Amino acid sequence: MDDQKIKLLAEKAQLIRQSIIEMLIEAKSGHTAGPLDMADIFSYLYFHALKHDSKNPGWEYRDRVVLSNGHICPVLYATMAHAGYFPTDEMKTLRKFGSKLQGHPHRDFLPALETSSGPLGSGLSQAVGMAIGEKMDFGKTSSKQFVCLMSDGELDCGNSWEAMMLAGKEKLQNLTVFVDRNNIQIDGFTEDIMPLNPLADKWRAFNWHVQEVDGHNFRAIDGAYTQALAVFDRPSVIIAYTIPSKGIPEFERQYEWHGKPPVTAEDISTAREALHIVRTMGGKVKGEHE
Amino acid sequence: MIIKDQNLNPKLFDKDVEQVPIRKGFGEGLLRAAELDKRIVGLCADLVESTQMHLFKEKFPERYVEMGVAEQNLASVASGLAAMGKIPFITSYAMFSPGRNWEQIRTTICYNNQPVKIAGSHAGISVGPDGGTHQAVEDLAITRVIPRMVVISPCDSIEAKKATMAAAKTKDPTYIRLAREKTPVITTDETPFEIGKAQLLFEPAGGARADVGIIATGALVYKALKVADELEKDGKVKVKVLNLSTIKPLDEDAVWRLAHETGAIVTVEEHQIAGGMGSAVSECLSRHYPAPIEFIGVKDLFGQSGTPDELLEYYGMGERHIKEAVKKVLLRKK
Repeated sequence: MDDQKIKLLAEKAQLIRQSIIEMLIEAKSGHTAGPLDMADIFSYLYFHALKHDSKNPGWEYRDRVVLSNGHICPVLYATMAHAGYFPTDEMKTLRKFGSKLQGHPHRDFLPALETSSGPLGSGLSQAVGMAIGEKMDFGKTSSKQFVCLMSDGELDCGNSWEAMMLAGKEKLQNLTVFVDRNNIQIDGFTEDIMPLNPLADKWRAFNWHVQEVDGHNFRAIDGAYTQALAVFDRPSVIIAYTIPSKGIPEFERQYEWHGKPPVTAEDISTAREALHIVRTMGGKVKGEHE
Repeated sequence: MIIKDQNLNPKLFDKDVEQVPIRKGFGEGLLRAAELDKRIVGLCADLVESTQMHLFKEKFPERYVEMGVAEQNLASVASGLAAMGKIPFITSYAMFSPGRNWEQIRTTICYNNQPVKIAGSHAGISVGPDGGTHQAVEDLAITRVIPRMVVISPCDSIEAKKATMAAAKTKDPTYIRLAREKTPVITTDETPFEIGKAQLLFEPAGGARADVGIIATGALVYKALKVADELEKDGKVKVKVLNLSTIKPLDEDAVWRLAHETGAIVTVEEHQIAGGMGSAVSECLSRHYPAPIEFIGVKDLFGQSGTPDELLEYYGMGERHIKEAVKKVLLRKK
């Protein structure tokens, strides 16, 4: 991946972050930390790695993306809007009556989604089922990739581990999982609520190919995903270390921002200020709004 | 008398009537459906023979996924398979699927609108010796309440086979309730079956008006027919018996017509009275044709170990209980 591409992906990620903040301020409810911290990975997937066609979402040979932790959907919606799946204007309808953009993703309202999700712990199972179905039809020769995005917090769910066990058993080489290792969940830090470490060892013990990367470093993400595609005898997990609320320094690393949007005047102003920094890439460029 | 056009088992009321477990019909139906449609796949949570999915597994090993004792995964992996164009059948005991994995069924199957077919075996109190933990008497309530879900409770193995083959052809998430024990065979291959259609099996001779309508589902349809036959022989009360094998969508037309004709209904099911088939009937009748109803079923209790007959007697689902309910509802009739 060349520097030009990395610059493009960084710009898209910043655009996605702007949209997330605007959507949340408008919606007055929703989750902040996860969507912001996954913006880089979503940018990488939709503007570089995935085979997909926003003008033909049902394209048979597309890669399949399963968002397991549905509550971070603002990042999915913003990415899809910027990738051309629906008009960017519609982003402001998030969580409003009749909107395509339900509080948690729902295929009835936005058919381009692969799954409706929200309740934690079952997205990986669905991705595993898809990958098994593909393997039944095409064996190991399929070129389709199955990508599941999940949170670290939802690894508390037993269902997640049932899915991991089955994927290891079935040697699903066409399946890659990104775990958003932001170390927070609603009630606190993951290691206080329900310790997950040694997380990489756990996945390894379930017969997965495990990589750990900086979830904000495009070159590292690309290296890991490229390697995952080359693994031929087992499913892959990329544990992506991310900074919760990445992009708004005042909110970063605080689990309190897991499940709430900026609503007070002060928070909105903090977010808008950060938005300004995001738009101008830290003052390096002139924002469109200036 | 038995309605001729339904082509029921001619030996229905013989002492040596053939008895076959309802779940066996599922196994045979799945095998036949899978021979006809390559998209059908099977998943089971470590109970492949108990649930009769072994017939399918032996013939189509490449279309079978062994899940281990992991029912939440069972439901949600099936959703993923359906998303890739498969028609997955999933099996376990009803207590665990749809019992343990209810939320996964709601979200990943029904909310996602994927055509997964859930076969819950060993349903009802007649599982017997295993005891209360394994006696699913809540499964109809928890499935019929989920939007999009079709709920079928076949009365015998032949109807179970037909229901399985019919479910394989639809795009609807579907629950098929199966019982473990051998059950008298009521129907034949020629008996009509259609998802969503109740079948009238018994009516008074000579086209006389019935005094009471008995609506039954599952294995207890046989007991309802026995009671109807005895009442006919006694000559005092005239009854009709409706086999309500599809609980949802409910054949509202058949239900309210029966209430309209008889003005008194008895519902018979091996399930909690709360939320089951009787509840569905009363929801329908209170809107369309209010009539007194007596409910045969489990009265807000857990089961225990025993033989099926002991348990059905103890929990009030025996033939004498149905007769008493008929008498009682007649007294309440206006």
